[in-house]
Amino acid sequence: MKFSITVTLKKDVLDPQGKVVQNTLFNMGMNSLKSIRQGKHFEVEVEENDQSIAKKKVDEMCKKLLVNLIIEDYKINKI
Amino acid sequence: MKSSVIVFPGSNCDRDVAVALEKLQFKNQMIWHKETELPKSDLIVIPGGFSYGDYLRSGAIAGKSRIIDEVIKAANSGCLVLGICNGFQILTETGLLKGTLLRNKNLKFINKDVHIQVQNNKTKFSNKYKENQVLKINIAHNEGNYFTDADHLKEMKDEDLIAFKYCDENGIKNLNSNPNGSLDNIAGIFNSQKNILGMMPHPERMVDEMISNQDGVNLFSSLIN
Repeated sequence: MKFSITVTLKKDVLDPQGKVVQNTLFNMGMNSLKSIRQGKHFEVEVEENDQSIAKKKVDEMCKKLLVNLIIEDYKINKI
Repeated sequence: MKSSVIVFPGSNCDRDVAVALEKLQFKNQMIWHKETELPKSDLIVIPGGFSYGDYLRSGAIAGKSRIIDEVIKAANSGCLVLGICNGFQILTETGLLKGTLLRNKNLKFINKDVHIQVQNNKTKFSNKYKENQVLKINIAHNEGNYFTDADHLKEMKDEDLIAFKYCDENGIKNLNSNPNGSLDNIAGIFNSQKNILGMMPHPERMVDEMISNQDGVNLFSSLIN
């Protein structure tokens, strides 16, 4: 079973890389741009047929290693 | 005093720390990260560098390595632990120190000598320094921008857990004397028992007058006191 994990910086944490990307897009003339937050993307495959158990395992991976809960939020989606 | 320096793939300040410790008569051992036992030590040092290439997040992989379980056990039983630069990042990833180190505000790797001020000289790591003494110490990092939540910041202020703050040569602490965007100019912190110190500046680079000043010496000599 495959899942995607999206990790982004929490709303009140400064995201300097996202800011630079945003400024560059502005400079390129993308005037409708409102905001950008840069993040990370993981694709995880687990050997488990029960979706809720599989999701729990992925959640544990996030909490224990993939995500720094002090500064980051994450979303898990089945793919 | 017996010390152990933990070595990860990608550590690059391990030898510098060992030289500084031996200069101050520590009996030092280098401990490879795959070891599962730590020799009995009075001090454990986690040195600077780029453990595991800074993959995932700085210090994240090293923070889950085999030897780290032993470091956590020793720290929880009162052993002195010093994390410098990447070592500080690793300590935050293990949870031994709260908060985290974000990317420098200017997105650049900063390698220069900066001034820091001693905030608490009544600890095992800092008792040889004078109150509010200003030191000139090298920093060399890409992720040194310390961040924590408001509750922890208050706890650190109330309990004197901030070890060093970035300042100018006169001890003035403001945005201009903050090289990396750190919250409240924080350059180093203690845990609540004050047996663990994490700091971004490199005291081990400031122990030999041939190549630098000697502002880092008193950190190591404090430990012998």
